[in-house]
Amino acid sequence: MKAPLVAVLICGTMVLLSTPAGKSQNPESGANGSSATGRENKTAQVYAELDKAPQKARVRANPLEHDPDAIAAGRLLFEDHCAECHGAQAEGGKKAPSLRVPEVQNATPGTLFWLLTNGVVRKGMPVWSKLPEPQRWQVVRFLKSLGAPPAASPEAAAKPATKQANR
Amino acid sequence: MLRFLPATFAVLFVVAALLARPLTAQENPYFVAYDHNLEEPGNQEIEYFSTFGTQRAGNDFHAVWGEFEYGVTAWWTTEFYLDAQTTFHNSTAYTGFKWENRFRVLKHEHWINPVLYAEFEDINGADKTLKEIVGHDAQSDFLVPNKTAQLEHKREVELKLILSSNIHGWNFSENIITEKNLSNEPWEFGYALGASRPLSLKGSTKRCNFCRQNFVVGAEMYGGLGDRHSFGLRETSHYFAPAAAWNLPSGWTLRLSPGFGLNDYSHRFLLRWCVSREVTGFGEMVRHMFGGKS
Repeated sequence: MKAPLVAVLICGTMVLLSTPAGKSQNPESGANGSSATGRENKTAQVYAELDKAPQKARVRANPLEHDPDAIAAGRLLFEDHCAECHGAQAEGGKKAPSLRVPEVQNATPGTLFWLLTNGVVRKGMPVWSKLPEPQRWQVVRFLKSLGAPPAASPEAAAKPATKQANR
Repeated sequence: MLRFLPATFAVLFVVAALLARPLTAQENPYFVAYDHNLEEPGNQEIEYFSTFGTQRAGNDFHAVWGEFEYGVTAWWTTEFYLDAQTTFHNSTAYTGFKWENRFRVLKHEHWINPVLYAEFEDINGADKTLKEIVGHDAQSDFLVPNKTAQLEHKREVELKLILSSNIHGWNFSENIITEKNLSNEPWEFGYALGASRPLSLKGSTKRCNFCRQNFVVGAEMYGGLGDRHSFGLRETSHYFAPAAAWNLPSGWTLRLSPGFGLNDYSHRFLLRWCVSREVTGFGEMVRHMFGGKS
């Protein structure tokens, strides 16, 4: 009868172990200055991954660029797989940064597709290659349709500048 | 007190599954083979698996296992299993637990993506889940009555190299399996292969249960490869199993797989089914329960 006890201990441990990872992915958490700086650094690091996309990937055109259904389908896929971390309007959530910022909106479709395919596994962004390619392109199409946030708060407006400074 | 722990454990997970927000899963239909797709960080997948098997010259059986899969990070998934089985005209038996971990090795996606798998099993000889086939596992092993088989206590480690590729909507997975009973028995070997594809590669513009993208069909093949002293196909069992998964927008996934034994060492027929539910924010919810902050 030791087995269930061991099991409970194992599960407890894994939940505890997940805490630092969850925190590190949380760009909105923390109240003091140092955690806010750490958070912005982390966010900047995630955005910086976009710069790592190889040239071949950057120049790839979205094959669904002119598909009239791509944005609607991409929205549903985003709600199912991305909104949990990035927020329902892609405005950024507890675990992952906004996708409405210039870093993302100015990236080429090929760059976003590359990031979606490869993830940023060391920073908490999963690999999404399990979604078939056309679905990933649909998500990219939806993301590119978002544009900038509708009403940016002063704090949010300051974010890109901070990120640039962190780079 | 300890004897209530398994039930408490199960109830906790069921309550957690019902309270947490469901998430549409994107599961492959495999029962034995693993692909390189790990659980998303902080998400929990709760799965119920059943295997009905026919037994040559013996009683058919129905083995079940509960599986609790948790994404610790984007590169580490951990799973815990509780196993049991009913042998018809014999008895029902709890057969043990397993704890497995999968680690993604490479940062980026490649043509072939390796994942390392490590599992510890604390089971008894009555285990009939057939979660993997290794060594000289044969259908005749299951002829032993439950009462006698339960007396054999096995502590085993299992290591797998999972190689998997996503190409043009297809997933191809190859697993190389090694297993060792820690009580001084030789390393045993096995394999599992899988291929699957969604019926539609494009996402639908409306949320629907019967959209083609929700259905993933494929097949897997698995079997033993002998042990350290007698490596090869001699006196090993092998199976071929078509498989299908239905990923519902409500977060539930249903899987079905009829399996066919390919030689006399195999069970003639296995029917496997699975009901699973993916819940998001499980880690966060547990932390809240214990007073942690999100």
